[in-house]
Amino acid sequence: MPRALFQKTGDAVYMSHLDLMRVFQRAFKRAGLHLTHTQGYNPRPSVSIALPLSLGVQSRCELLDFDLEGCDASCEEIAGKLNNALVSGVRVLEVYQDGRKIRDLALLDCTITLEYDSGVPEDACCRLAGLFSAPALIVEKKGKNGIVEQDIIPMIRRLTVNQVDGNTCALDARICCQNPTLNPAQIVAAIERYLPDLKPDFAFICRNEIYDGNETIFR
Amino acid sequence: MTDLLHRILPTVQKPARYTGGEFNEIKKDLKDVRVRVAFCFPDTYEIGMSNLGMRILYGVMNQMDGVWCERVFAPWGDMQKAMEDNHLPLWALESQHCVKDFDMIAFTIGYEMCYANILNMLRLSGVPMHSKDRQGLKNIVFAGGVCAYNPEPLADYIDFFSLGEGEEITVQIVSLYDRAKAENWSKDVFLHEVAKIPGVYVPSFYRHEYNDDGTLSAIVPLEGTPKTVTKRIIEDLDSAYWPTKMIVPSTEIVHDRANLEVFRGCIRGCRFCQAGFSCRPVRRKSADVLYRQAVETLEDSGNNEITLSSLSTSDYRQLRELTDAMIPYCEAHRVNLSVPSLRADNFSRELMQKLQTVRKSGLTFAPEAGTQRLRDVINKNLTEEEILTTCTNAFSGGWNNVKLYFMLGLPTETDEDVLGIAELVYKIIKCWQEHAQNKKRGLRIHVATAYFVPKPHTPFQWEKQISPAEYLRRCKLLKSHFYSKSITYDYHAPDLSRLEAIFARGDRRLGAVIEEAVKNGAKLDGWDEYFNYGIWFDALKTCGIDADFYTVRGYGEEEILPWDTIDVGISKCFLLKERRQAYNGKITPDCREGCAGCGANCLLQEVKCDA
Repeated sequence: MPRALFQKTGDAVYMSHLDLMRVFQRAFKRAGLHLTHTQGYNPRPSVSIALPLSLGVQSRCELLDFDLEGCDASCEEIAGKLNNALVSGVRVLEVYQDGRKIRDLALLDCTITLEYDSGVPEDACCRLAGLFSAPALIVEKKGKNGIVEQDIIPMIRRLTVNQVDGNTCALDARICCQNPTLNPAQIVAAIERYLPDLKPDFAFICRNEIYDGNETIFR
Repeated sequence: MTDLLHRILPTVQKPARYTGGEFNEIKKDLKDVRVRVAFCFPDTYEIGMSNLGMRILYGVMNQMDGVWCERVFAPWGDMQKAMEDNHLPLWALESQHCVKDFDMIAFTIGYEMCYANILNMLRLSGVPMHSKDRQGLKNIVFAGGVCAYNPEPLADYIDFFSLGEGEEITVQIVSLYDRAKAENWSKDVFLHEVAKIPGVYVPSFYRHEYNDDGTLSAIVPLEGTPKTVTKRIIEDLDSAYWPTKMIVPSTEIVHDRANLEVFRGCIRGCRFCQAGFSCRPVRRKSADVLYRQAVETLEDSGNNEITLSSLSTSDYRQLRELTDAMIPYCEAHRVNLSVPSLRADNFSRELMQKLQTVRKSGLTFAPEAGTQRLRDVINKNLTEEEILTTCTNAFSGGWNNVKLYFMLGLPTETDEDVLGIAELVYKIIKCWQEHAQNKKRGLRIHVATAYFVPKPHTPFQWEKQISPAEYLRRCKLLKSHFYSKSITYDYHAPDLSRLEAIFARGDRRLGAVIEEAVKNGAKLDGWDEYFNYGIWFDALKTCGIDADFYTVRGYGEEEILPWDTIDVGISKCFLLKERRQAYNGKITPDCREGCAGCGANCLLQEVKCDA
């Protein structure tokens, strides 16, 4: 089954996961690429996205698995056709065969950008780095059974903090993205809970790269 | 640093509806643009993007050289609050520029209860609501759509109305504006010139005078304007503009599918239906043109569903040719073909069987009234026998779901008619018990009743609306006769339909009510989440308006009606004749059996009415 590596940037980040699935289904149709359909009462085109992306989060490393009906186009051709049919902000970087099993996907690199309108507070980088080197960090997580407390430290492999400019700090983190999953928004939640004076005026997240459990790039 | 809008977007519901950037969105280079049109739909993105008229006119205007038409929708409440808190004015999707920077601001109005949204959108844009407060050519506000057939409640706010089908008139209006802007005309000169375009109604060129009892005593055309303005129509639909490159929303909308209009007008003449009369005469579109447009639209958009729309698709003469061509295409391309509003005739049953191979949907009837007598009064040509035959076939074919739509408060309605609804429902249950293929799944009958709203330009335009209390009494009476667990009965609360009735036949004095309601937070009245009758009740009171005058009073046949200036092609004398027929319980056969002489054929010059 072929797999596409794609990015979701710009205003496309406001599309939900389900919206994006629909956008792809239509893009395949516009591109003249016929998706196979699931069996059953209500057949659906077979496309699936590995790790659903939260609304507002940018990504350069999304994976889409799909299956085409009797298609002899090469991977490059498929990528080209799809890109002509896609909306701005969603761009296929590569299409390839024989991707690894999604269950081996384990880690994710992301950048969390923190914006401070009246300037980055003094010592912010140092204090932020300090917060995430604590032995445990309990953050509330909304689950199916209500709010649960969760220690996020075991799910952070590493984290560095840099000041980008006078108003911006960037947290670069490698975190677990599957079994267990750490939503990067939890990192922002930890800052708000434990360093309320460092609560940013705005924060946004970008997924940069994905890895398996051995920190080898996952494709 | 992230700008304000992009900080707000992650905090609101469904932010994709505020960003634009969809497939086929039209962007232009501002240096090539002379006229910028903000095309506003007075409801949310999901509703507006489902509107075919807006899609057609978006394409029409953007085809014009030097013109850029962009889309604007009403924000949901959370976004409106964020905009107000942050002093962010309403913007257009394509350029993200403020609406107040546009030359022309156009509205398409399909529903009376979006009047608050119109004023609210002007307010959120920072554009003065009152026409007289907008001086100069900038921000000319005009409107079209079915509500323009009685535009009086909006007369103080909209500079002019464009009546009827917009494909040609919109081009004329925007071209004239282009010239006006180049030649630096005043607004007054522009309004005088635009009024010369057939189908344009400038409300400020008419003075409305009232009697002591509140009825109109005169409508005085000022400045040499004609006594009536006639709506525009497109005579040849085959050659009319049709947008095959339609915007494909990136987020889910209400009608998330391709939409193909198969013909215009209606042959039926249901006496309560505004569209049935005001969209006449009937004009055909050929099956081969439609097939070509369907394929182009589907291939360009990538949609997996297409709907054949019209007021009554069964009455499309070439439905067999069209569906015979489309079904194989749709099956081969995994496209779901949906044919709504089919009548219960033999061909439709055959067609339903064929469509079933793609997907099985529910069965919906709109008998509107419970007894044959009342169905004859309203000229709804659907018999109990037809309903039961269709149900028999459907139940034996495996269907277990039926939806039935009725109205309460129709002229001459008695309790016997109300209970007739219950009787009909029980006959359907009995039919299911006799014919159902698989009874284990059970039967679901969904019954809904709406509160009858008399509409202008229909034979019932003079009728009383029953009081809300009486409406509720009839709902409860009906409800007390539904015993079966198979039945779900929904009735609309009366408040919204009462307001709809007030504004549908409203006059200029109601403008102040809309403004007052908007001032107090009225918006998105079509949505249960936001509709607040209290605001409207207070606004009516503050403005000294007696709601009963527009509803339970009924209008006299001799009375001057607020919409008398607007000519939709149907003669008043025909409407009166139909009203008499209704009271005599006599049906008027459909136009195909014989022309009933409504007058709409006079709108045609090149072709004949295709009823």
